[in-house]
Amino acid sequence: MADDTAVDDAAADASAEETEEETTPVDPAREAFVAAMGEALAAAGSDMVESHIGVTETWVRVPRDSWVEAVGAARNAMGCTWLDYIAGIDWLPSPFGRDMDSEQDWVVHGREENEPEEMQHGYAGGATRFQVMCRVANVSSGAAVIIKADLPDDDVSLPTLIPVFPGANWHEREMWEMYGIDITGHPDLRVLYLPSGFEGNPMRKDYPLLARRVKPWPGIVDVEQMPGEDDDSDGSDA
Amino acid sequence: MTTEIRPGEFSAEVTNISDAEQMRYIAGQAADARLNVEIETEGMTLNMGPQHPATHGTLRLVAKLDGEQVIGAEPIMGYMHRGYEKLTEVRTYPQVTTLINRIDWLGSFANEVPFILAAEQLMEVEAPPRAQYIRTILFELSRIANISLFLGDMGVQLGAVTPVFLAFRDREFVLNQIEAVTGGRFHPNFDRIGGLKDDLPAGWIEDTKAVMATMRTFCDELEDLVMGNEIFQARCRGIGVIPPDVALSYGLSGANLRASGVDWDLRRDAPNSMVYDQVDWKVWTHPDGDSFARYWCRLQETREATNIIDQLLDNIPSGPIMAKVPRIIKVPPGEAYVATENPLGAMGYYIVSQGELVPFRVKIRTASFSNMSITPWLLEGVFVPDIITILASLYFILGDIDR
Amino acid sequence: MISTLAVALDDYWVTTIFRIVGGLVAILLPAGTLVYLFLFKMMSFMQSRLGPMEAGPYGSLQLVAEVGKWIQKEDIFPERADKYVFALAPVVVLISTFVLVLVVPFGPDAVLLDLDVGIYFALAVSSISVIGILMAGWASASKYALLGGLRAAGQLIAYELPLVLAVLGVVIQAETLNMNDIVRAQANWEIFGFGGFGMPFIITQFVGFCVFLVAIQAELTQPPFDMPVAESELVTGYLTEYSGLRFLLFFIGEFATAGVFSFIGSVLFLGGWWVPIPGLEVESNWWNIIGPLVMAGKMMLISFFIFWFRITYPRFREDQLQRLAWKFLIPVALANIVITGILKVVF
Repeated sequence: MADDTAVDDAAADASAEETEEETTPVDPAREAFVAAMGEALAAAGSDMVESHIGVTETWVRVPRDSWVEAVGAARNAMGCTWLDYIAGIDWLPSPFGRDMDSEQDWVVHGREENEPEEMQHGYAGGATRFQVMCRVANVSSGAAVIIKADLPDDDVSLPTLIPVFPGANWHEREMWEMYGIDITGHPDLRVLYLPSGFEGNPMRKDYPLLARRVKPWPGIVDVEQMPGEDDDSDGSDA
Repeated sequence: MTTEIRPGEFSAEVTNISDAEQMRYIAGQAADARLNVEIETEGMTLNMGPQHPATHGTLRLVAKLDGEQVIGAEPIMGYMHRGYEKLTEVRTYPQVTTLINRIDWLGSFANEVPFILAAEQLMEVEAPPRAQYIRTILFELSRIANISLFLGDMGVQLGAVTPVFLAFRDREFVLNQIEAVTGGRFHPNFDRIGGLKDDLPAGWIEDTKAVMATMRTFCDELEDLVMGNEIFQARCRGIGVIPPDVALSYGLSGANLRASGVDWDLRRDAPNSMVYDQVDWKVWTHPDGDSFARYWCRLQETREATNIIDQLLDNIPSGPIMAKVPRIIKVPPGEAYVATENPLGAMGYYIVSQGELVPFRVKIRTASFSNMSITPWLLEGVFVPDIITILASLYFILGDIDR
Repeated sequence: MISTLAVALDDYWVTTIFRIVGGLVAILLPAGTLVYLFLFKMMSFMQSRLGPMEAGPYGSLQLVAEVGKWIQKEDIFPERADKYVFALAPVVVLISTFVLVLVVPFGPDAVLLDLDVGIYFALAVSSISVIGILMAGWASASKYALLGGLRAAGQLIAYELPLVLAVLGVVIQAETLNMNDIVRAQANWEIFGFGGFGMPFIITQFVGFCVFLVAIQAELTQPPFDMPVAESELVTGYLTEYSGLRFLLFFIGEFATAGVFSFIGSVLFLGGWWVPIPGLEVESNWWNIIGPLVMAGKMMLISFFIFWFRITYPRFREDQLQRLAWKFLIPVALANIVITGILKVVF
């Protein structure tokens, strides 16, 4: 099982453009958008490290140090004045295993060892553990772009986007408390959801979900019948 | 040095300072009192605590007042934070569907749709046309169920106690229809990757048409009763004006954005596999941007939803309800983001999949989160009763803010 | 039988007992009727629901249940409240209502206090309740109750003026301050020489009647004028710290005052205890028996409007409320007085 997914991921990661041409028809409008975005980024002092055109969305990766200029370029040059969200991703594979093996299976197959896996990144590449993304949209033309940036492992911080989008305030506070990403220049960095005095950053992969630590996953129980099917099956299937 | 004072005790009984010190202290205070002729009162802090009749849930609003005017207000949330984004990392896709029903608990079916659409995009599966039609119909039904409550509830926030009863009464019909199909009034858990769980029961289409006629009457009644009321207009017009560029930069969506004059509706403007292009419908905007405009927009949207449902009901194609998907769903690796025009605004799910049974990361973009982020900016300088009006007109649901 | 009744009524103690019972009935019966009929049932029917149905047939004993519930609740005093003022506040409000009913005539002789300055006395006494509300707000030792009390005081004082001015039009037309004489004036009114039919003053004083209705809606702090009670920092404003019997006193006081103001309104504008029954003279003794029933009916009519507005309208903001009183109602009432005066002299 682990081998299959490794092969699949390798195939998916290798050359985004090739798979895109095979499965997704070339979209001239969005390609033009990406090209214009690249120019705008260069003009603003940033750089388009990588880009990816998906089925409906467009991804662009920029260096972290020109994060504010990049988003500013999207806003001013590309007209993307609507802030959708700012979020973080922790690409570390969960050190607690994939929680895929149910307690019932341990009897039969034995418990799988938690091998340390290598980090796999998503669209528009990346190399570090933490990545942030920001989606902005242009309400007149309907164009939208997801701007990603890698955060270096030794300096997990990000300049604030409040000068560009005042609405970034709460999104950045949530990123700070959930991932521990330090937002430099934020006027009011306080916890948003967590109780005051909470220790830890819950969304990090090495922060355990206590419910699953206490009681392991019981397996896929009560698999629903497909509409029209009649056979009964039980237990887990992997 | 000072003992802790327990509630109910007077500090005079537990003081540890000597009598001489006390006399000196009192003398000092008296001296100060002679100097300060005018007593300075600092601004009062008003805490509308987590339990509060005016907010839809456990929202805490701390407002600094100067007399009747608000100097600064700040919402404090998180009393309902359930950790959805962490929970989705250990649940299979059908289990996540059950979970996300509960984000916006009034717009029942609408929560599931963007997630299912994003997962279908990753799996490169398209639901059959019949399923798409029924999905859209249920989506619009949940919009009616959600917004009709708002129409009544805004009256209650302002003091008119009657419209909310009418809203609850007429909303029951819509909930009955949702229950007839899905089995659940509030948490249907009906959407599946590749289609829907079940087909429509017999006679549902005619019943729903009758219910839509009732809802149109309801909208007309409320337009007369609430929107036509002079006091309602005096309380709402000009209160809480949001200029369009501010609205965009804060990420407002839904009726809040359209009430500021921005013509942006994800049903029409974003690519998704719901069948809105087959229907003749209109997007309602209002140029004012005040609380009255937000109410007006939502009323028109409800009426428009009844028209959409009527047209869709006439044209449901026959066919299968579910595409061919494997029994155990493993979504191929990739990232997808789909946002739809939910009753509260734009709700989107960003699914990061690494080919497993469970998603790697799901970022849930909820409308009320962004809608509420404008409150500190918006509530400066308004009167205390206007706080209620503005919060009511922004229409958030705590489950949507807190996830 | 009537003669023995008349003889008995000469005795001081019998009269006093009759008066006390009559006064209590005049207060509590309208309060109870208004609470059950209008608050519970009419409001529910207008909101397409049934209202209380459990206690007694069609929920008719709900009021008994409520009174019993409130009486047996714990009597809570806030820690830092001024005990005596706190305890006295609901009593002051109720006293103003009881004193107010003294001058309301239920028949030519069925009046507790037949003053020559009847209506003047009534208006003066009705202002006492403002003191009670301020006492409640202050003594509760809570910022929010205090603010609610202050808002209430501002509102009640502001709306006293339209109340007085609206009544003044009636007084000019009736040429008397005595409440019974106002009823007789409406009974004996001759329009262009055609008498015997009477005329309730609502016909000529319609503007005054409307101002009167709005003013008593505000005097009772009912929606749309319930900013002191409803939104005053969320709870019930000056009523926040009250529980048990004291809250019941406020509650009864609110509805009793609504009833008494409706009585006064029906005396001033609707013709009081007199209806045109052919063959029955104005001064007949039968009016002492029919009169209370007639008054009850007219009181229900005016209360119907009070509660109908209460159920339908959202509430005003404080500054809008004050603007309505000072900039709209008072000029309208003053204009009404001027026009009434001119027409009175001309005709």
